[in-house]
Amino acid sequence: MADETRPTTTEHSSGGDRPDRGERRGPRPAGGPGGGREGGRKYFRRKKVCKFCVEKIEAINYKDVRLLAQFVAESGKIVPRRLTGVCTPHQRRLSTAIKQARNIALLPFAGRAS
Amino acid sequence: MNRTYELMFIVRPDMLEEDLNKLTSTLESQVTTSGGVVKSVDNWGKRRLAYTVRKFSDGIYVLLTAEGSGGLIHELERRLRVTEPVIKFLTVRIDEEQKRLDKIKKIRESRKKAPPPAPAEAGGETAAVTA
Repeated sequence: MADETRPTTTEHSSGGDRPDRGERRGPRPAGGPGGGREGGRKYFRRKKVCKFCVEKIEAINYKDVRLLAQFVAESGKIVPRRLTGVCTPHQRRLSTAIKQARNIALLPFAGRAS
Repeated sequence: MNRTYELMFIVRPDMLEEDLNKLTSTLESQVTTSGGVVKSVDNWGKRRLAYTVRKFSDGIYVLLTAEGSGGLIHELERRLRVTEPVIKFLTVRIDEEQKRLDKIKKIRESRKKAPPPAPAEAGGETAAVTA
């Protein structure tokens, strides 16, 4: 748990020009793979972009199950945004839409979506 | 009095089509008598449910979009609750969302019509940022 980065914290990164994955530790070795990072995490996860921002999808409706299902895990859980790279406002709307879809039996609460 | 709502309800799969039509027309007339406007009625047909609802694993989805006051929806939902074949329903208010989407569309269109001053400058700017 100590190894995981916390993306939602303040921009306390040294230098200040690392917009995402704000590191609170000291300066990282320039360039190379995440340097000295244990925990089996992939090196230097490429800068994930928010799918909705890129494709300019504005309306996240509870009715388009195919879109929502991309952000739902096998177990039916909503995938956290640090894994999907979605930006905060879109994640909030996505989350509401998924919960609405679950309520109307378009997505399961738990288990694989058949 | 111009709130737009989207009401989606699921009907048990073994319901006959004419009964379903009767039900939807009853709801529509309810909307109009309460002073609302029915925007659209969309029947999605039979779909597999993600989980069993009242021991059914399939259901007929119907989407009803209507414009009216909150009391209208209250009445509609009350009816749906007592209607036996309806097994689930969900109401969403969509006028605020629609307003937001229209605003964004307008901004996008105005941006397209009148491109930002000196597109070369804008291009140079973005190039500098990504470099």
